[in-house]
Amino acid sequence: MKDVELKMLERAKALLESGEVARVIGWKKGEFIYDPAPASFETVDELKDFVYNWFCGANLSKYLIQASKKEGKTAVFLKPCDTYSFNQLVKEHRVKRENIHVIAVECLGKFDVAKIKAQGVSSIVDVEVQNKEVKVKSFGGETVLNKPEILLTKCETCQKTHQVKDEEIILHDRPERDVNRFAEVEKLEAMTPDERFAFWREQLQKCIRCNACRNVCPACSCVKCVFDNPASGIAAKANDDKFEEQLFHIIRAFHVAGRCTDCGECSRVCPQNIPLHLLNRKFIKDIDGLYGEYQAGETDEGKTPLTSYTENDIEPTDAVNGEAK
Amino acid sequence: MQDVTTEKKEFTPNIVAFCCNWCSYAGADLAGSSRLSYPANVKIIRVPCSCRVNPTFVLKAFQQGADGVILCGCHPGDCHYVTGNYYTRRRMALLFNFLNYMGIEKERTRVEWVSAAEGQKFSAVMNDFVKTVTELGENKRLTDLRVKEGE
Amino acid sequence: MLKIAKERLNELYAKISESMGLFIPIKKGGEVNYHVWGEGKEVSLETLKTVKSPKNMFFPQTENMMKFKTEGKNIEILEAGIRKQGDELKPFVAFGVKACDYKAIEVLDKVFLAEPVDTFYQARRNATTIVTLACSKPEESCFCGVFGIDATNPQGDVSTWLDEKYLYWQANTEKGETLTSLASELFEKGGETEVEAQKTSTKAVLAQLPFANLDLSRFKPENLNELFDDTRWEEMSEACLGCGTCTFVCPTCQCFDIRDFKTNDGVIRYRCWDSCMYSDFTLMAHGNSRTTQMQRFRQRFMHKLVYYPSQNDGLYSCVGCGRCVNKCPQNLNIVKVIKTLGGKKND
Repeated sequence: MKDVELKMLERAKALLESGEVARVIGWKKGEFIYDPAPASFETVDELKDFVYNWFCGANLSKYLIQASKKEGKTAVFLKPCDTYSFNQLVKEHRVKRENIHVIAVECLGKFDVAKIKAQGVSSIVDVEVQNKEVKVKSFGGETVLNKPEILLTKCETCQKTHQVKDEEIILHDRPERDVNRFAEVEKLEAMTPDERFAFWREQLQKCIRCNACRNVCPACSCVKCVFDNPASGIAAKANDDKFEEQLFHIIRAFHVAGRCTDCGECSRVCPQNIPLHLLNRKFIKDIDGLYGEYQAGETDEGKTPLTSYTENDIEPTDAVNGEAK
Repeated sequence: MQDVTTEKKEFTPNIVAFCCNWCSYAGADLAGSSRLSYPANVKIIRVPCSCRVNPTFVLKAFQQGADGVILCGCHPGDCHYVTGNYYTRRRMALLFNFLNYMGIEKERTRVEWVSAAEGQKFSAVMNDFVKTVTELGENKRLTDLRVKEGE
Repeated sequence: MLKIAKERLNELYAKISESMGLFIPIKKGGEVNYHVWGEGKEVSLETLKTVKSPKNMFFPQTENMMKFKTEGKNIEILEAGIRKQGDELKPFVAFGVKACDYKAIEVLDKVFLAEPVDTFYQARRNATTIVTLACSKPEESCFCGVFGIDATNPQGDVSTWLDEKYLYWQANTEKGETLTSLASELFEKGGETEVEAQKTSTKAVLAQLPFANLDLSRFKPENLNELFDDTRWEEMSEACLGCGTCTFVCPTCQCFDIRDFKTNDGVIRYRCWDSCMYSDFTLMAHGNSRTTQMQRFRQRFMHKLVYYPSQNDGLYSCVGCGRCVNKCPQNLNIVKVIKTLGGKKND
């Protein structure tokens, strides 16, 4: 990972020095190895804080909405999953493609520090990864953990590849994977309605309406969200009744249906660890099943499943009764 | 003398029907003028096109005490705005599937295509939907307790 | 000092629950938060930080203030205040409150119990007996020591310490004694040496924590303008999403909004947590006085570190619980702000 970081740094320096770009968006060192923050670097001097490591899980594409409006070009490091969000934003005319220089950067999965801590390791100083083995160095010594167990939830089922690049920094091969990202959704579908209701009630009850899922979501790019608009009649701010949580999450999931690229940021940021990606994945799965396979963000043009139709689409009643796969 | 205390109050569901202006609302009108009956607890909301119905409307109806929500529009291909109901069909297929996924009874939501000439169908559809929802009972999973306070 | 074997804690909870509500960290849906205890609930006293802080017990995320009905120009008040008329607020116990969170209640008291007293908050505060729990395994995001808090020796109506075998119990106030007497048959005497030993070893860990020596020296009222105008707010806030996570997990954030909800029977007026990170927080008839996320971000930290202390004899409204350090989606937090602006020692 260190070699990738060095290469990235080298490119960032060159791009800034030559004046090809006015800023580079990447990650900045935090207090620990595991808390890098998204940042914009405008001078070579600022790059001293640049970092790219196993904890750079944040999707940087949403920051480009603002950046692409600024004077001069912006270079950005995008992981495979982030490129889908980027394409989707370009498609929706939220990001000006010509103002962005995309550097596709390698990703072998990112870690969830909470999952490492849950295994009893705190004060993490460094991690060293060899295939599926992760040596975590901490004040308490060294612990070897199993990589799949400490990956961010969004990385567990990731099979994404870069969809857009102006250049790339890929030094290591990523092993091919064959995982079913809908396994969890299928598990829920197999439950009885009562069980499903109980599951979602328990999960959504935890919601504190902090809006982190919405604000981090690259598909949620409305200038003013209905939930922030007092005139909409549904801007409740906090959940006084269980209905509010259902309303917020159902409407949010629906609003990004057909546009959600399954980047998994919503679940990553949820302070209460609600598996929000399972809401979005249900829509993705249904769209695939009812209207043909569709992956949002594969390209930056064309219609989405909800802005198109065919004359022989399935009837809602038949869809609900499982007439089609 | 009848013992009123043991008499069970019969459940009559609140049904909200979103009807498109051009076909289904006219269909409802025809049902009325043809003296075909449909239950009085069906509250019709006229919309310009079935695709005007935002998923929020459906949820809001449930919040405000509806036990069932039905959307009626022109038959696919006959939309006054040419393609509106095709979008309705996709949206509602996904939304209803999703509500089912959240554990909300799938029988509470329905889409039907009713043309201006189908007064008979309108009446039949509403009778059938009311019957289904009555059997299902009160909506408890997608309701706002505050609304029902004091009832 | 008293002690009770860990296996018998359920009996203690049951005993308390007979006459009072018992709020305690409980794991539900995979996360630990304060919930009302009941048989079979998964209590987790070992959890260092509940997701939501205990402030939720005194200042709930949403709270109904009144119910009224309007007819023409007449307003009829159907219900007002914390409870339906005639209902007394049931006394309750807040169990397992950590030293930082206990200090946070003091911060909230200064806001809500100052004139004019917030009667909703006051009623809940008066009804509570607080049982604190000392920390024995602080982690790297903790920095309560910076604010003069001793995590090994929390105050409250009852102070407790937990080790592998026992919960050690020390009543500090009359309320605490009353609580003890509810279940006196469950306790045995002793524990002083174990508690002292735990304090010593925990203190050694606390001193080693990476944030133990944060320098707050520049956060003084006289530096207000200088801090406010600092150019570095821009870069510190650039990744901020404008979500409310930090404010909603914070034990001292106390801002709320008041809203109306129309029911079939009238209008419910309720208050709910609000966040200065939200774009509509300062929205007024004339427009919005904070138009950028940088201004909102700055407000939050200036309030915690400068405005609040300048009005409250230097008491900071951060207690170093580290929840924002753990929960910020993009890893921005008060420590990064303190390190950037706090003082020379931070470099």
